[in-house]
Amino acid sequence: MPGKLKAKIVAGRHLPVMDRASDLTDAFVEVKFGNTTFKTDVFPKSLNPQWNSEWFKFEVDDEDLQDEPLQITVLDHDTYSANDAIGKVYIDIDPLLYSEAASVISGWFPIYDTIHGIRGEINVLVKVELFNDLNRFRQSSCGVKFFCTTSIPKGYRAAIVHGFVEELVVNEDPEYQWIDRIRTPRASNEARQRLIFLMSGELQRKIGLKVLEMGGNAVVGYLQCFDLEGESGLVVRAIGTACTLEKLSSGSSTHTHPNTAPASNACNSPSKDGKEPVFGEDLPSSSGPPTPFRALPTSSSSPPPFSPSKPCSRQSSSSDTDLSLTPKTGMGSGSMGKDAGPLKTLLRQQTQTALEQREFPFFTLTSFPSGFLLHVGGVVSARSVKLLDRIHNPDEPETRDAWWEEIRQEIKSHAKALGCHAVVGYSENTNICEEVCILSASGTAAILNPRYMREGCLDIAGSDHRFEDPSPSSCGFCHIPYDELNMPFPAQLTYCFHCRRQKVPDVLFTTIDLPSDAAIAGKGCFIQARLCRLKKKAQGEVNATAISNLLPFMEYELHTQLMNKLKLRSMNALFGLSIQISVGENMLLGLASATGVYLTALPAPGGIQIAGKTPGDLNNEQHIMNIQKRINDTIAKNKELYEVNPPELTEEVVGSPIPEPRHRSRLFRSHSESSDELSELDLSHGKKDAFVLEVDDTDAVEDIHSLLTDAPPPKGFHSCNTETMPGIYNWTSALQMFTSVRVLRLSNANLTNQALNKIFTDLCENLLKSFYFKLRSMVPCCLSHLNFSVAVPEEELIQVAVTAVAMTFDKDQTQEKPAEKPIMKGCSEGEEQLQFPLELCADSSSVNSQSSSRISGVPESSSLSTRAASVDYGSFADRCSTWLELLRLKAHTIRRGSVKTSRRTQSLAHSVSSLEHSSPITEGRSRLLRSSRSFGGSSVSVVKMTPLSFLPGTRIVKYLGIINMFFIRETTSLREEGGVSGFLHSFVAEVFAMVRAHVAALGGNAVVSYSMKDCVLMENPNKNQCQCLINVSGDAVIYIRETDLEAIASTVGLSSTNSDGAT
Amino acid sequence: MAVELDVFVGNTIIMSEEVYQLWLDGYTVNDAVKVRMDGGALDEFEANADVVQSDTMDQYRTFQMCERLLHSPTKLANQLLFQIPPHRQATLIERYYAFDDGFVREVLGKKLSKGTKKDLDDISAKTGVMLKSCRRQFDNFKRVFKVVEELKGPLVENIRQHFLLSDKLARDYAAIVFFANNRFETGKRKLQYLTFQDLAFCAGQLINNWTVGAVDNMVEDMDVDLDKEFLQELKELKVLITDKDLLDQHKSLVCTALRGKTKAFNEMEANFKNLSRGLVNIATKLTNTKDVRDFFIDLVEKVSCPENFLSFHFVVWDRYMGVIKSCIFKMYHD
Repeated sequence: MPGKLKAKIVAGRHLPVMDRASDLTDAFVEVKFGNTTFKTDVFPKSLNPQWNSEWFKFEVDDEDLQDEPLQITVLDHDTYSANDAIGKVYIDIDPLLYSEAASVISGWFPIYDTIHGIRGEINVLVKVELFNDLNRFRQSSCGVKFFCTTSIPKGYRAAIVHGFVEELVVNEDPEYQWIDRIRTPRASNEARQRLIFLMSGELQRKIGLKVLEMGGNAVVGYLQCFDLEGESGLVVRAIGTACTLEKLSSGSSTHTHPNTAPASNACNSPSKDGKEPVFGEDLPSSSGPPTPFRALPTSSSSPPPFSPSKPCSRQSSSSDTDLSLTPKTGMGSGSMGKDAGPLKTLLRQQTQTALEQREFPFFTLTSFPSGFLLHVGGVVSARSVKLLDRIHNPDEPETRDAWWEEIRQEIKSHAKALGCHAVVGYSENTNICEEVCILSASGTAAILNPRYMREGCLDIAGSDHRFEDPSPSSCGFCHIPYDELNMPFPAQLTYCFHCRRQKVPDVLFTTIDLPSDAAIAGKGCFIQARLCRLKKKAQGEVNATAISNLLPFMEYELHTQLMNKLKLRSMNALFGLSIQISVGENMLLGLASATGVYLTALPAPGGIQIAGKTPGDLNNEQHIMNIQKRINDTIAKNKELYEVNPPELTEEVVGSPIPEPRHRSRLFRSHSESSDELSELDLSHGKKDAFVLEVDDTDAVEDIHSLLTDAPPPKGFHSCNTETMPGIYNWTSALQMFTSVRVLRLSNANLTNQALNKIFTDLCENLLKSFYFKLRSMVPCCLSHLNFSVAVPEEELIQVAVTAVAMTFDKDQTQEKPAEKPIMKGCSEGEEQLQFPLELCADSSSVNSQSSSRISGVPESSSLSTRAASVDYGSFADRCSTWLELLRLKAHTIRRGSVKTSRRTQSLAHSVSSLEHSSPITEGRSRLLRSSRSFGGSSVSVVKMTPLSFLPGTRIVKYLGIINMFFIRETTSLREEGGVSGFLHSFVAEVFAMVRAHVAALGGNAVVSYSMKDCVLMENPNKNQCQCLINVSGDAVIYIRETDLEAIASTVGLSSTNSDGAT
Repeated sequence: MAVELDVFVGNTIIMSEEVYQLWLDGYTVNDAVKVRMDGGALDEFEANADVVQSDTMDQYRTFQMCERLLHSPTKLANQLLFQIPPHRQATLIERYYAFDDGFVREVLGKKLSKGTKKDLDDISAKTGVMLKSCRRQFDNFKRVFKVVEELKGPLVENIRQHFLLSDKLARDYAAIVFFANNRFETGKRKLQYLTFQDLAFCAGQLINNWTVGAVDNMVEDMDVDLDKEFLQELKELKVLITDKDLLDQHKSLVCTALRGKTKAFNEMEANFKNLSRGLVNIATKLTNTKDVRDFFIDLVEKVSCPENFLSFHFVVWDRYMGVIKSCIFKMYHD
């Protein structure tokens, strides 16, 4: 009997009138957990009942505690007929199961009904008493902490990053059960809500078990999704990164990190003790000198694929892939030679051995402690089209497990082809249309620092070897991980513009956040590629094949668009890239979003050159010149707008964005097979440095026009889809999280691809314009973490849902870099927050790091090389076409001048936003907002919400647990509720309200890493009906404003009770 | 191609006071968009008509959802649906309960019944206040009236507490409730020159001095109903005009107090008897409900008009009546 759950129903308020005669309600409450139900007395004739019940006690297994939610149903007592349900509250008690999280849930919860929405509130108290259970074979995983945040949570330090965990649970969808024919939609929706609560509880528990088996105590970057497959079932799946987290005590100095037990591992002893016999197959994985793998299995142009010694046995049950991954390697102390070649080999060796025992060396994290990420290869992705009606055993997870397994293997091999052993910023998602399901996975191939694989604490060898590290953190991640002589794809390499020692590509695409210590020029900007493709209506296999065939073309075009837009903004890298492909009956939508930035380590991008195919035609020539001029003007304007002024340009290129004709390579747009062009592309080598857009048909003209239609954000606004906006670091505390949904009905059934593209592009652009307008009072402000998701809910309908946060910043300071803090490491308060204590780069002399704000004075070299780039898409295979996203970087280098001026570029060495910065003015404002909440006598505490992992101007002092909620709302009086817009508006507001209430009841005052995973809207205006499902998640936290923090600085221990080891 | 659905929801309520005012004033979305665009919304942030339209729709929907809460403003503070910063809550409430002086002047003293509500379109046409706005204002009056009707304690304070209004607005509502309850006739032509603020001031005076609450502050309706006992006692003032000695004494006291203080002094002195008779007659008849209703008309007809008081500056009139009042009170207590 390992746990006792206690609940007390205190009172209700604002209840709806249930008895028309008296205008009052006779309310009572049912409290249910598992199969046990308690009832309160009826509190007659009141809309504000005071039940003040006894403590209802449930004695349950901790397994149930994890799986089940506490169900509270408020009813109206009726003597003669059945009692009417007023509404329900589901309380996830998981946060009470961690020893250091919330101890009690207490507060007002909105009473929710799937038909009427929120109907009053109920005040509830919930507690859990856990008994120690030493049963080794337990099924529960109480105590494993979950974080949605995709970085190491603030206030923690990752002792060990264990790696990828995944799980998948399947059930029959209540909406498709036979009983659904006879029960009301309301009953069916309630059954669905309840089931999903149960399933996600179970899923979390199972993931927790895997984490415990791996020896971890937390899951970071937890990403849970629902697949409403319809007839074949309801799938809840999740991925995450298992870690062993240690809480940083605020008082302790950063020097004194407990060098925990595995310290011995840090040196040469490969501790194999954790090894389990199951894995006998891959025992001596560290022995063979690993060769970089250059071959894409699917690519033909590369040398034959090197077949690595199979690193990990594929297990029979693929849902249990990652058991027992205790890192065991024969890595060295981590010191490296100065020579690039051997170093790389050594590195690879170490990393590989550390990672290769894992079936999937994937990490869902998107930002890392500095030093963790050594090199980044590029984006890897895979897609697969599946037919749901072909699942043999729909109730069992095996088939889906196998599908994902397949995709992950593909990702892994792509990463290998890029010479990388890990995939970071990894995510998975699905898109379902009728019986067709597209599974997608993407991430960024990378080489990680092997030390973190086993021992996160870096202070073993002190900082000595850091100086031996040839890759300063400001540019190291840009250096190519693959072998220069055997590149996996043609790429144009130059020497790194920072260290001059290693090669870098000319463009870098990633799915992760900009590393905090990366050196950039100017500010970042939001870049989006949008694409619509018509598809013939079809069924089953034919449909799946048609989609499979379209996918690579879509990805190719999206890439081309992204690349062009990037060039147009005079930038050379994309972060946070996410590509979404959505299927409808008769079309496919593709949406790629990313944040562009100018990395000073990478060469400056060339311009875009327009070429006509039919020279001689004067009219055309004139036209092309006009376009060219517009493009050049746009580039010049963008440079100014985003303050992209790398110093080399002023010295050499004299700011001209117009590439000289002799340095150009060509990008061929092709609507047919791209293979034909390959030879032509190669021919152009050595002549061009800019993108050439060939205007050969009307499509091309359209596309160029659409390039230029992207309006830059109005003055005072910036936008990005990453955690932090590159180039802005002085956030003030004002913040507004929002969700916006727009659905467009295409009235004309006979649209062309171009017309569709235009409509789709306008839809996205208009949404952005709307945001700017609505949030204009916040300028200067930045829309961060812009997360677009597209769907085709029905034929003729396009739905775009966006969640983002607007944050204000102090304009006056944007030009300066943050003042170098005189505080040296180890003595600053901010240091305590460091997840990883030591993060000096090679230039550490100039680095004073304070938490996430660090400055690196980086030597810049001015040797400018011009480059050519060309996008090609990797091969795609058979009908289950998965596709590798690889940028084919057509390359050559022309050295222009050999001036090597090395200098400190003050203006460029930006550090990325620090939460510590906040202006006193807005602090005051927010305090006002917070403190004066007690308007009108009673008070509702303010709960901030943000999709980011931090709140500017504050420090998160406690993580209270994960919020993962699923709601269904339906109506049969759509018109009366203000149409679909009115219906959804109130539903979204209700979802926010319920999230806030749950956070407040846990004692929290904010949700970070908030995201809306699903928003599925089904309408039937003719019947005056509508239904919507929303799934949201995030981390409930307590934050303290920096200013308050200083006041209470040393006195309060920040409730960090050092209660680690919750396992 | 049509926008089927378009919503934008912020974690903290997003509203512009301009749009809120347009909504309160009863503009339709399309008209509001027009007003905003004419007002220069387009110049800001490269907005176009669609953007303004979408923004206006979102805000209108938000206001509509808030309206239910605004009907009982205390709920606004502890509801969970919208996260509204306190200063915004105050603005929302204060603006929602604000009214047009022109409109209220028309309704003042009328029974707040369905019948009156039916006539709102006439009032709307007359005052130029949109019907929708008229309805809101009328419903506000009615709602406040209904809530405070049965409450104990001071009227203004009750209104302020239950509707979280500012002191000024609470006093205005107290006047409206007072007028509605006593059904003072204010619509006659002769009273048209009086503004709402004039009458509200009078109501304040009456509430402070003539109601039950002026004597006892813990009874129901204490500030709403006139003190019956007091009205009964007023009858005894008749001696002021029937008894010659008292009349003279009264006259001399008043004249002493006012000598040299008003230009109309001579006129007043000459007509003192008529004046006094008018006032006392009004006072003695106040036991009749009908005469209570006509109180203001009588004041104008029987006191002001014969003496051409309309020509007097309002301040003078006020000062005069104040003195008269204090005199009467003094003598009454004596």
